[in-house]
Amino acid sequence: MKKNGYITSSVKLKNHQIFKNDALLFKTEPHISTQDFLKEAYRFLEINYPKFHKMDVLCKLGIIASCVLKEDYPNDTALVFQNASGSEVSDVQHQKNIQDFPSPANFVYTLPNIVMGEISIKHQLHSENAFFIAEEFQPQFIHLYTESLLDQKKASAAMCGWLEANLDDYHVFLNYIEPRGEDIFSAAMLSEKFLR
Amino acid sequence: MSNLRLQLKEKIIEQLNLEDLSVEDINNEDLLFGDEIGLDSIDALELIVLLEKDYGIKLTDPAQGKEVFESVETMAQFIEKNA
Repeated sequence: MKKNGYITSSVKLKNHQIFKNDALLFKTEPHISTQDFLKEAYRFLEINYPKFHKMDVLCKLGIIASCVLKEDYPNDTALVFQNASGSEVSDVQHQKNIQDFPSPANFVYTLPNIVMGEISIKHQLHSENAFFIAEEFQPQFIHLYTESLLDQKKASAAMCGWLEANLDDYHVFLNYIEPRGEDIFSAAMLSEKFLR
Repeated sequence: MSNLRLQLKEKIIEQLNLEDLSVEDINNEDLLFGDEIGLDSIDALELIVLLEKDYGIKLTDPAQGKEVFESVETMAQFIEKNA
């Protein structure tokens, strides 16, 4: 018999604010840059991971969201992410750099799935991961894909959702899914939490 | 501290985004890729770019890199000899 998964934790990063389970955890003045917001969040959360400062915006968002979502993860926690802009911020930066001196440190971030590698290294995950590109968040697709990983026992838990960063803005909505909890993991629940 | 060595430390911190380090934390002889400063392979590529961009020195032999980038001191000596 198929067992339900449950959403036991959610995190949102938007408009220089961080929400955990809908409660405001941290915010900065809205006029500062995204990089400064991320730096202040890093300090506030006492992440203490010097490699953070070398990362691109997408990876910094992913690391911060993953550290807020949960402290420790089973090492088979699957990662299922989606966004609209891929690694646009690093891509554009790289395009500028190659007119002069290309930066290897920037080039390595010109793929959106690098963020899953960074999260896996930070939390020592050895697990399934997939990064999908779509114009908008697709709760049904993310639910279906994540649930299939859990059903097939490819993972005992999952982090899934929307991780968007583009040249103008960012929007993160990640959820932790595990076998026990209160909020049943469904497309409708994902959609409702996303819009909340 | 010579200007070149100080300048190198500032450039390394800025270009490699070593936010948690200050110039005072890096001694001239500290191993850049050892436990002391902890740079990685991507940082090594950035240092090659730094040498070319800021000092006009192109490393043609990759094997040179291991000696040249051992420390701020070895980098400074290499620049003084080749710039």
